[in-house]
Parts: sequence; C-alpha cells; structure tokens
Amino acid sequence: MPPREAEPAVKLAAGVAAGDKVAVAAALNLVEDRRAQTRNAVDALLCALRTLRPPGYGHRVGLTGPPGVGKSTLTAALAREYRARSLRVGVLAVDPSSLRSGGALLGDRARMAFDPQDEGLFVRSLATAGDAGGLAYAANAGVAVLATAYDRVLVETTGVGQTETDVEHVVDTVCLVIQPGSGDVLQFIKAGIMEIPDVIVVNKGDHGRLAQRAASDLQGALDRLRQAGLGGEQSAWTLPVLVTSARDRTGIDALADALQAHLASRTPSERAEKRSRGAVAWAVSLLSRQHGEHALDLLGGAQAVRAQATDALARGATPIGAAASLSERYLAALRAG
Amino acid sequence: MSSSAGSHKPADPPAAQKQRERPWIMRTYAGHSTAAKSNELYRTNLQKGQTGLSVAFDLPTQTGYDPDHLLSRGEVGKVGVPVSHIGDMRALFAGLPLDQMNTSMTINATAPWLLALYIAVAEEQGVDKKLLQGTTQNDLVKEYLSRGTYIFPPAASLKLTADIIAYTVNEVPKWNPTNVCSYHLQEAGATPVQELAYALSTAIAVLDALKTGGQVPAAEIPKVVGRISFFVNAGIRFIEETCKMRAFTALWDRITKERYGVQDETLRRFRYGVQVNSLGLTEPQPENNILRIVLEMLGVTLSKDARARALQLPAWNEALGLPRPWDQQWSLRAQQILAFESDLLEYEDIFEGSVVIEAQVRKMVDAAYREIQDIEARGGVIEAVESGYLKQRLVESNAARIRAIESGQQVVVGVNKYTETAECPLTKDLDGAILTVDPEAEQAAIAAIKKWRAGRDDAAARAALAKLRAAVEQGKNIMPPSIEAAKAGVTTGEWAAALRDVIGEYRAPTGVSGARLDQGGAAVSGKETVEALRARIAGLAKTLGRRPKMLVGKPGLDGHSNGAEQIALKARDVGFEVVYEGIRVTPEQIVASAIEEGVHVIGISILSGSHMELVPQIVEQLRQKGLGHVPVVVGGIIPESDARALEAKGVARVYTPKDFLLNNIMSDLVELVAKSAGAHAAA
Ligand code: B12
Ligand SMILES: Nc1nc2c(ncn2[C@@H]2O[C@H](COP(=O)(O)OP(=O)(O)OP(=O)(O)O)[C@@H](O)[C@H]2O)c(=O)[nH]1
Ligand SMILES: [Mg+2]
Repeated sequence: MPPREAEPAVKLAAGVAAGDKVAVAAALNLVEDRRAQTRNAVDALLCALRTLRPPGYGHRVGLTGPPGVGKSTLTAALAREYRARSLRVGVLAVDPSSLRSGGALLGDRARMAFDPQDEGLFVRSLATAGDAGGLAYAANAGVAVLATAYDRVLVETTGVGQTETDVEHVVDTVCLVIQPGSGDVLQFIKAGIMEIPDVIVVNKGDHGRLAQRAASDLQGALDRLRQAGLGGEQSAWTLPVLVTSARDRTGIDALADALQAHLASRTPSERAEKRSRGAVAWAVSLLSRQHGEHALDLLGGAQAVRAQATDALARGATPIGAAASLSERYLAALRAG
Repeated sequence: MSSSAGSHKPADPPAAQKQRERPWIMRTYAGHSTAAKSNELYRTNLQKGQTGLSVAFDLPTQTGYDPDHLLSRGEVGKVGVPVSHIGDMRALFAGLPLDQMNTSMTINATAPWLLALYIAVAEEQGVDKKLLQGTTQNDLVKEYLSRGTYIFPPAASLKLTADIIAYTVNEVPKWNPTNVCSYHLQEAGATPVQELAYALSTAIAVLDALKTGGQVPAAEIPKVVGRISFFVNAGIRFIEETCKMRAFTALWDRITKERYGVQDETLRRFRYGVQVNSLGLTEPQPENNILRIVLEMLGVTLSKDARARALQLPAWNEALGLPRPWDQQWSLRAQQILAFESDLLEYEDIFEGSVVIEAQVRKMVDAAYREIQDIEARGGVIEAVESGYLKQRLVESNAARIRAIESGQQVVVGVNKYTETAECPLTKDLDGAILTVDPEAEQAAIAAIKKWRAGRDDAAARAALAKLRAAVEQGKNIMPPSIEAAKAGVTTGEWAAALRDVIGEYRAPTGVSGARLDQGGAAVSGKETVEALRARIAGLAKTLGRRPKMLVGKPGLDGHSNGAEQIALKARDVGFEVVYEGIRVTPEQIVASAIEEGVHVIGISILSGSHMELVPQIVEQLRQKGLGHVPVVVGGIIPESDARALEAKGVARVYTPKDFLLNNIMSDLVELVAKSAGAHAAA
C-alpha cells in the first residue's frame, strides 16, 4: 500500500468504524469514485477497514425480487426490527440508471422514512451507472464500508436480470421477495434462480388467502424439487418460505429470525469461504469491467483467472489490488502477444 | 325576477320575458391568520354579494397538528385559518347563523373532525343539524394523487369518508358529505380524459365501499348516490371544458344507473362545484390572468344542462402569492357581471343539438369509459394509487404540458409569446401586491392553544378521546364520538393523534421513479439543449469521479409537488442521479439524506409560503454538519424581497414560476456543482 494513502485512509476507516455518519458517507463517496487516481485511496481504505473488524463480523443480507414487490418497504421494516433488537443497520439501495442519459431516480429511499436523529441507521442509494442489469459498480466496496460501521447490512437490488446472481457474491444471505398471484415463482424455478435464495418471502401477506396459497404452492414445489434431488446445493439448510406484510409490519420478526437462523446454519469456516468466493468474484468483475471478456480469455479463461485472484487475495491483496495485478498481467500479455 | 332594468332594450322581446335561471352559488376561497380575522373577512365578503362561504384551512389543521406541534413551524395561519378546537370554530362563525349559510370546507383527512366541530357549533347556536347546508371536500384519493394533505393509508381513509357519508345521509341530510375532486388532478397536469376517469373511478370506490361495508342498507344506496357531488376544474380551452362537463354528466348518469341501479333520475344528476384553473395563471404579466379566469368560467356556465352549482375563482395575482380582499373582489365581480349583466341565464341549453359539441362529448365519454375500465382491471382506484400507477400517469401528463410550453407549441401569452410589455401599474409595488400574513399569528396561536388546554375540563377531554380511540379500534362510525370530543374541548392535534396511533400513517408514491418522458414534439428552447447538458454532466462525472447527485427536498407541510417532480425528472433526464423523497419531510430529514446520500447539490421546493422559516434552518444545519460547501437552491412562490434575503443567508439561487425553461435551471445546477466541487477540492 502506498504510504501516502495510508494515513488518511486509517483516519477515515476509524471514523467509519466509530459509526460517524459523515465519515461513512465520505467513505462511500470515495468508493464510488471511478477515477484511476483514486484507486489507491480506495485500496488503502479497504485495507484499513478490514483490520477493524474480525473476518466473520456482522451479517449481510440481500433483498432481491421483481419490481414493486415491496423490497424497499420490507427493507425499512426489517431495519426497524433490527433497531428494536439494538442492532445497528446500514442499507444500500440499488436503482437502475437510464441508459440514455446516465441519470437515475433513486426511488427506494422514499419508502424508508426513518428518524433522522438515529445514529444507528444509515441509508445510501446507489445507481447501477450503466452496468446493465448488474449491481452497482460500488456495491461490493459499499457493503465493505457499511459492514464496518453497522452490525447488519441490507442490500436492496434492482431485481432485474443479472442482479440475483450478482448479489449472491456480495452478501451472506440472499432473500428473494415475491408477491402473491404473480406467477413469478414458476418463472424462478424454471430459470434455475431458485438455487440462489436462502430465504423466500411472499410479501403483501395482507392480501390474505392469496398470500397463504402462494406460500404453500411454493413450499410444495420446493419439496418436489428436493425429493427429485434438484433442490440446489446439498446442505443442512432447508429453504424456508415466509409470509410478510411490509405494509402492516407483520411477519417481520419471523423473517429476522429466519435470516439469523440461516447465518447460524453455516460454520464460521463456511461463512469465511463464502465471503472469499465473493471477493474473488469482485476482483474478476473489476477486471472484466475494465478490459472486457477478452481479458479473461487472454489470461487462460475464467477458471484460471479466478485461481489467480484467489492467490492474490490469499497473499493479502484487497480485491482492488488483486484486480490491479490481474490487469497488469493482462496488459503484459497483450504486449507480449 | 326582473332582469331587463338596464338601459339596453333586448332585441328579442320574448327572451326578455323569459324567467332567468337562478345563478350558481358564488364563493371566495378564504381564510388566514386567526378565526376572528377570517370571520371578519367572511362578513365583508357576504356584504359584497357572495352567496356561499368557502373556508381555507391552514396546513396544520388540514394535516391534524396543533399550532404548537414541531411540524407546524412556519405554517400556522398562513395559507388558511387555524381551527384547533370548538372555540376557534365558534369564533369563525360568530354572528353567522349556520342555518342560513352554505359553507364549503376544503378539508379532507381531518374532515370528520371539522364537520364535528361545525355540528357542535350549530347546536350551540340552536340550529338543528338537519338544516345545515354545505360541503366537506372529504376526497382522499386526490390527496394522494395531487393535494397531499392525507394522513392515513388509502383503505382506512376510504372508511372515514364512508363514515361521514353514512352519518350525514340521515343526520345532516342537506349536507354534501364528499366532493369527489377532479379539480386537483388538472392542477397536477391531468388531461380532460384523465380528470373524467380518475374522478369517476374515485366515486365508484366510495360507493362500492359503502355498499360492501354494510354501513348503509342496500335500499338507501340511491339516496347516497344523490348526495355525492363533485368539484371540477375548468381550464382555458373552454370549449373542450364545456364538453368535459357534458361528458361528466353523461357518464355519471350511466354509472349510477348501471352499477348502482338508481332509477330516480334526479338522484343521478351530476352536481358539481368549480374552481377554475390556476395552474395556467402566470407570474409574468399577471394582469392577463383576469382574462383567463373569465374565459375559464365560461366552460362551466355556458351549458345549462351541465352548469356548475357553485363557483369560486382565483385572483389575477395567483402566481405571486396570496390574494388580498380587493383581488378576490375583482374575481367575484366577474361572476356577478356574467350572472346579472349578461343574458346567459335567460336561455335553455345553447348547445342542444350541436353536432360539433356532441361529437366531441362522445369522444371524451368513450375514452374516459375505457380508462375507467382499465383502472377497474388494475384492481380499482385504491390499488392504482398504491401501486403508483395513477400518480405516474399524472406526472407524465404534466411533463408533456410543461414541455409544450417550453417548446412554444402551447402558447402562453406574456410567457413564451408577446413578452414585450409596458410597466404594469398593478405590480409597481410588488411586495404590496399580495396579502402578507402577520408572522406573529403563529406565536399567538401557540399561546392560545396552551391556554385552551389549561382552561378546559381535562378529564372530560381525556374521556372523550378514549371513547374516540375505542370507536376507531372497533371500526365504528367515527362521527358520533368525534362530535362528543368536539364538545369536550379536544383539539385538532389530539383528535388526529388518536387516529394516527390506531390506524398508522401513510406515504404516497411519488410517481417520479418510473415516469417516462415523451421525447417527441418540438425542440425545447433554452441556453443549452438536453444533449449538450448530458455531455456536460458526463464530463463533470469524469472530473468528480462519480455522477453529480442531487437531492430534491420538500420540507414542511406543503403538498405542492409539481415543481419538485418536474425538476427531479428533468435532472434525471439530463444525467443527474436524483434522490427525491416526496412531500412533507422535515429539515432534519433533508439534512440527514444529504449527508448519507453524498449529494453535490440540494434543491428545495416550497410553495406554501413557509420558506423564510424552513430554508434558513436547512442551510444552518448543513453548515453545522460540515456540508456548508454543498450549494442549496430554492424554488417556488418566493417573493422578490424574500429571495434576496435567502440569498443573503447562503442560498445559491432562487427560482419562481417565471423560470419556466427547465433547461436553463439545469445549466445553472451543472455550473454550481462544477464550481463548488472545484472550490472544495482546492480548499
Ligand atoms: C397547482 C397548484 C396547486 C395544486 C398542487 C398540485 C401539486 N401536486 O403540485 C393544488 C390544487 C393541489 C393546490 C393546493 C393548494 N394550494 Co396551490 N397552487 C397551485 C398553483 C396554481 C401552481 C403551482 C404549480 O404547480 N406550478 C407549476 C410548477 C411546475 O411550477 P413551480 O412549482 O412554481 O416550479 C417552478 C419554479 O417555481 C421552480 N421551482 C419550484 N420548485 C423548485 C425546486 C427546485 C430544486 C428548483 C431548482 C426549482 C424549483 O422551477 C419550476 C419551473 O418553472 C399555485 C399558483 C401559481 N400559479 O403558481 C398555487 C399556490 C402555490 N397554492 C397556494 C395555496 C395556498 C394552496 C393551498 C395551501 C390552499 C389551502 N389553503 O388549502 C392548497 C393545499 C396544498 C398543500 N397540501 O400544501 C398558494 C400559496 C400561497 C403562498 N405561498 O403564500 C398559491 C401561490 C396560490 C395563491 N396565490 O394563493 N395548489
Ligand atoms: N398491500 C401491501 N402493499 C405493499 C406491501 N409492501 C409494499 N407494498 C406496496 O407496494 C408498492 C411497492 O413497494 P416498494 O417497497 O417500493 O417495492 P420495491 O420492490 O422496492 O419496488 P422497486 O424498488 O421499484 O422494484 C408500494 O406502493 C408499497 O406501498 C405490503 O406488505 N402490502
Ligand atoms: Mg425499491
């Protein structure tokens, strides 16, 4: 790490860890910064942050699902529940950018009215900024910042296309939110996306019977899949289906419990393993964002690149650093070829 | 009634002998400062020949807060009269016998309460409530879509609306318990067809709630239908507006017959009051507005078969600030001249048999009917409010309207055409050309409410509140316990707090997130094109490292969202990342959002007149939190001298309706961000 960046980074990271909102915001501003000349500062910040919390610290939860199912409202309800349990909460809400103008209307915050004096709650909106269908550029680093400042981090995705699979790499627990009578469930099962969620929520449970029926249909479908041996990865965890009403704030405590149970079902080494896989994916995506798929090809394919990234991370690099060294290697290969 | 007393003998003697129709009720929307001051105003208005009262309440009263509540800061007595308890209601109608008044109250979320106070005062005056005549606006759907003084979630609001209807239909039989409003939809940008469809869908939701809620026996539904009245807008395209009114009449007849089986034709009549369009009234050359107002009035008076029952007009200085008594008098005179000098009221329906009018009416009826069915297919108007669908459509219509004005496609004289003008004697003293409310009124009201609470029988008030609460919890009709609470000295804030506590509060969708901008039509003028702005912002994003981000905030109780919505949309369209949280946020929330979101510029929109209280608070708090370098701009109804004062307190720019070219505002914002970022980096 270049020493010039280290000192301000340490100071900023300390502010973040202390939960100083101005510092948290400044750190988020920094990680959103895409200029080449700030990359070292971001790297330094990430380095400083990880010294401040034990590796398995906290719980990062992603909420994903189709537009309008109530992800924001549910995020707000869940955040309130966590606050009631004396846990500090950071929220990252991702909204799509307009491809034509690059601008974005970040609408999730409007659904999350909170007490502005509450120092234990922080909400930041992020635009996807041209990463069509993906998570925002700064989502990974943003989560790293928030996870240092807060006990729980909630990430709301745009709920379209790629994000369901992207978010998996950013959080410990993925919560898929659907609504009754939407037919989304079958779509998800068909598309194989059912592999990803760790918890499924049927929101708008205030729609009564419709919600209960959707939940039991879904439970039935999952059971059949499991019996047929298609139920996703083999683990002790059975994918639960819950019904909530974010509007009436019912079922929220059960959801918080289910999320906690999912976390508890993983051994510390499993959790660490998942986070490292996330870091690898982050480094690889930085590389392909910068140079395109061609970089992966030239460096021997996705698998080889992942191995190289894993290596760099194991030697203490941050994902930013790992991506930088991959990038150097790619440029060298280009020159050589 | 003799009508030909003037000097001109009418050319056609039979016409002169015709019975003149009785004119509509003439009202002036009024109220400010205190109940006593407003009472004075009502008395003089009646002396001037006004035939009905129209009460404007202040925003705390409309949103259920007492003057000493934190959220009432800067709003007490400003845009209307504060009515906090039965004492205020008594003072408001002192010397005005309520059995002889026809009182329209623009009140919605707190309508049950204000009606309860009115009934309680009537009883004190010895007036049988069966004789009371007037209207409670009591339409919450348009509050979510445009007006913004809602409190509770839609379903709960509908229940309260139904309570008032179910109660009054037998207890206060001459009262219009709800005025289903299309007025506010047009003010939020609605097209005539949207106005027709959304208002009629609202009426359907209300009647369906009464039918299924079991509050009214099935046999009484026709009687209830007969008590539903409407509040409609009339814009400058007065031929089209005439057709719209005839379309309303035809559609309502059909809906009440087909859907509710009303056989009695008189109960199916479309009864409506009007306030003519104010959105089109301009800040530049404001004297022209009186001409617009007169033309707009024609749209709802010309057609006898679809004529308004009651009419109130805005004033020539609408876009400058609150009207003074003389300004309102000028508009009242316009009504009187039309009704009493012209021959309008001597004729049967003058459009009867007009092929042109009939064709246009049919077109509107068909289009509106399709839209009504579409809303039904989306699960009804409540669902379409909650999903944000309707609000989004309105925001889009308003954007199209503004775009047409910006491009010059829609001519607005004195604004985008014929802007050359001699000095206007009416606005020589600009600060004096509007009504300014005594800033001491708020402090006086705070002292008064404290005195009221100290002076009443507290145990009785508390007992009444407990009963009210129990009624809400049990889903009983809210009116009887509200009337009891009124008599027991309960305050507006206490009544609303009890309901808030049981029912909970609601924030309506902003409609901007998914709104699409129509890129077609003529090019928009301004210093820079949209493309040029996009390029500049993309460049700025490169220097800043991330996209310029803007927070659009609406502090206070102000519900005027049009400006904020259009600015937010435009900012997104030129490439800003925009955070807009909707109406009614506190200065503290705005500052917290600005910090957490890491914005580069903050835009505040205030039209309700509380800018001098709220904006400096925001600027000061930003400074305290170390965000003093983030530029703050303000838009809305800001008198010139206030604008200068705000700039002196650190506001970077102030915009008013005359700044109608949004691109120019965007150019400024880009400039400000570039400058402050440069300065901050250098510092
Ligand atoms: C439309 C309107 C309404 C609509 C609002 C619909 C909506 N959802 O917005 C309805 C019918 C609901 C309404 C209701 C009321 N209204 Co009204 N309304 C108006 C009206 C006619 C036009 C405002 C408007 O929308 N203009 C179009 C938009 C695009 O323009 P704009 O907001 O001015 O924005 C421009 C600039 O100001 C600037 N700008 C504005 N905001 C921002 C923000 C940023 C960041 C930037 C950069 C720029 C900017 O840029 C815009 C582009 O040109 C004005 C009078 C007038 N002609 O201006 C009265 C007016 C604002 N209303 C008034 C009043 C009193 C009320 C009520 C409070 C009455 C009452 N007692 O109940 C109610 C209650 C509303 C509430 N909850 O607060 C008064 C306010 C008086 C005062 N300030 O002293 C006015 C001035 C009328 C008057 N002369 O009495 N109203
Ligand atoms: N009836 C009901 N409505 C809900 C519930 N949760 C959310 N809503 C409503 O559903 C709409 C969408 O809610 P959001 O929270 O914005 O949904 P979202 O999934 O975040 O939407 P996007 O971010 O736009 O994809 C709003 O009108 C909410 O009020 C619920 O539990 N019940
Ligand atoms: Mg959302």
